[in-house]
Amino acid sequence: MASTDTATGTNAGAERIAAAFANKAGRAALMPYLMGGFPDVETSRAIGLAYADGGADLVELGVPYSDPLADGPVIHEAGTKALAAGATVDDVLDICGTLAERLPVVLMCYANLVLARGVDTFVGTAVDAGASGLIVPDLPLEEAPEILAACDAAGLALVPLVAPTTPDERLRAIGTRARGFLYTVSVAGTTGERAGSRESFAPILERARAATSVPVALGFGIATPDAAAAAADAGADGVIVGSRLVREAAEAADPPAAVRAVVTDLAAALRT
Amino acid sequence: MTTTPEAAVEHRYGPYGGQYVPETLMPALAELETAWVAARADAGYREELNVLLRDYVGRPSPLYLAERLSEAAGREVWLKREDLNHTGSHKINNALGQALLAKRMGKGRIIAETGAGQHGVASATACALLDLECIVYMGAEDIRRQRPNVQRMELLGATVVSVESGARTLKEAVSEAIRDWVTNVATTHYIIGSAVGPAPYPAIVRELQRVIGDEARVQILERRGRLPDRVLACVGGGSNAIGTFAGFYGDPAVKLVGIEAAGEGIETGRHGAPLTVGGQAGVLHGALSALLQSPEGQILEAHSVSAGLDYPGSGPEHAWLRDEGRATYVAVGDTDALAAFREVSRLEGIIPALETAHAFHHILHGDGGGSEIDLLCLSGRGDKDLAEVLARG
Repeated sequence: MASTDTATGTNAGAERIAAAFANKAGRAALMPYLMGGFPDVETSRAIGLAYADGGADLVELGVPYSDPLADGPVIHEAGTKALAAGATVDDVLDICGTLAERLPVVLMCYANLVLARGVDTFVGTAVDAGASGLIVPDLPLEEAPEILAACDAAGLALVPLVAPTTPDERLRAIGTRARGFLYTVSVAGTTGERAGSRESFAPILERARAATSVPVALGFGIATPDAAAAAADAGADGVIVGSRLVREAAEAADPPAAVRAVVTDLAAALRT
Repeated sequence: MTTTPEAAVEHRYGPYGGQYVPETLMPALAELETAWVAARADAGYREELNVLLRDYVGRPSPLYLAERLSEAAGREVWLKREDLNHTGSHKINNALGQALLAKRMGKGRIIAETGAGQHGVASATACALLDLECIVYMGAEDIRRQRPNVQRMELLGATVVSVESGARTLKEAVSEAIRDWVTNVATTHYIIGSAVGPAPYPAIVRELQRVIGDEARVQILERRGRLPDRVLACVGGGSNAIGTFAGFYGDPAVKLVGIEAAGEGIETGRHGAPLTVGGQAGVLHGALSALLQSPEGQILEAHSVSAGLDYPGSGPEHAWLRDEGRATYVAVGDTDALAAFREVSRLEGIIPALETAHAFHHILHGDGGGSEIDLLCLSGRGDKDLAEVLARG
């Protein structure tokens, strides 16, 4: 089993993520979010592949959950529908296996799903499914040690989140324990498309970068090619786009084709 | 589990509790804990709260020997009359304490969740009194079945937001309140209504509700010259129960009994009794505790005729009291609770909240466990439930 060098935070998963950031096609790595199992398992698999075709550097793969406290209405509703359609954790891990052949997959999974399966078992099955990283949006620093140790032992990068409300000292504590990248939340709030607030990108990113040695990715509220470019201009190593794409998947007649077009535009904005 | 003014607030009860929330909220929880530790050590805060509890709420609430009920039960039954508080339930104890705390923290916007509506009414009342903005999240199904409380909240100046997701009851209302808090954390204090949520909430709510148990202990010793054999309370999230139990933690001979909702029957899976059923602990609304979940870890919907017990989780301290053997938990179903609601009304001229009716059924018809003296927290009055009960014949 791979293990983590705790001094550098590197492991097999973290290395694949690091390579994706180092070899990104644009000024910032593009990481679209996919709700696993929405609108159904096979369509979501096709959407993930369309992300890769459209120029994504990594993919954030969400595991649907009954009570997603960090998510706004679009992703919440998609998760609810995925569960209603019968999506399971194993279905999402199977999608992970498909996508991991194309690009690094970072799972986004709420804490209770990890705990219910057992931390070591969950982490082991995620690694077996080809996942490179794991984001647990309701697992702050204080609750993370057990899951971090399991991820480190198995070679899965546990990616922490930091928020605009996180004080500097706490930011450093989180930054030193970050694996893969530091998920920097652009606004106080849940996931969802937002206009404005771009002037805060640079100071938020600067603060995050000072606290960690891993790449810094910006997410929450970034929906347009303009906003993605603004994040890259402000110094983001990576840009995460979620609700915009989940909305496209919900509304489009041909979700894979539609999301591919959106991802292509986002990728293009990061390359110019 | 004693606390001194200098001590920090406990985050865990054995393995239970913790702070499973988005990072955005962590600084707010730390700020809340700091403010709470300072407030409870501040004679000015305590005096302000105590004066309001006395003159505005009507504390101490009476301890009443229910003689006809005692005769029917075959043992003495003493009722701690939280139903006589201003706003009609125990919820005002916590709402006032937290609203005063919010004021000290300089937060002018209050959010709250409500199931039966009693916590929403209590929060709206405290906010009207202290001139704070108040937004109450309430499941659409609960808005339907607790209409009078919605009207009351609006009259008090609160905005009631209907929550349409999931089963449209208390669980979704809490989730939506937490999402609001994540978004508006700088200006907003979240007055959580039960002994649930991330630390330090379960400890704050217990400390603000333990006035019930502390008063009751003094009153029963004065009136009866001895402690009760059993102290009972209904448990949804468990705030009236934890506040009542806490007064008797130092009395190991006093049995603590929590009564959950068996809904349509434990065997149907449609209930609200995670402590009674057992099963693997899990995370809901920021804390690890007993809850209803699928094998995969998806939170299941609870079912109860009573909106206040219609919750799939439980306070983390209750899970610990259960594991330690300090408290026991049983469950009473919808039909039995509805029967007890009518029974107590006729026996004592007291229309109890449907939540408390579950506990009354256990006292009247459950295993008495050899008790000669029961003390029950009558957590609220039942006016809010009339339409729902009468509609069911």
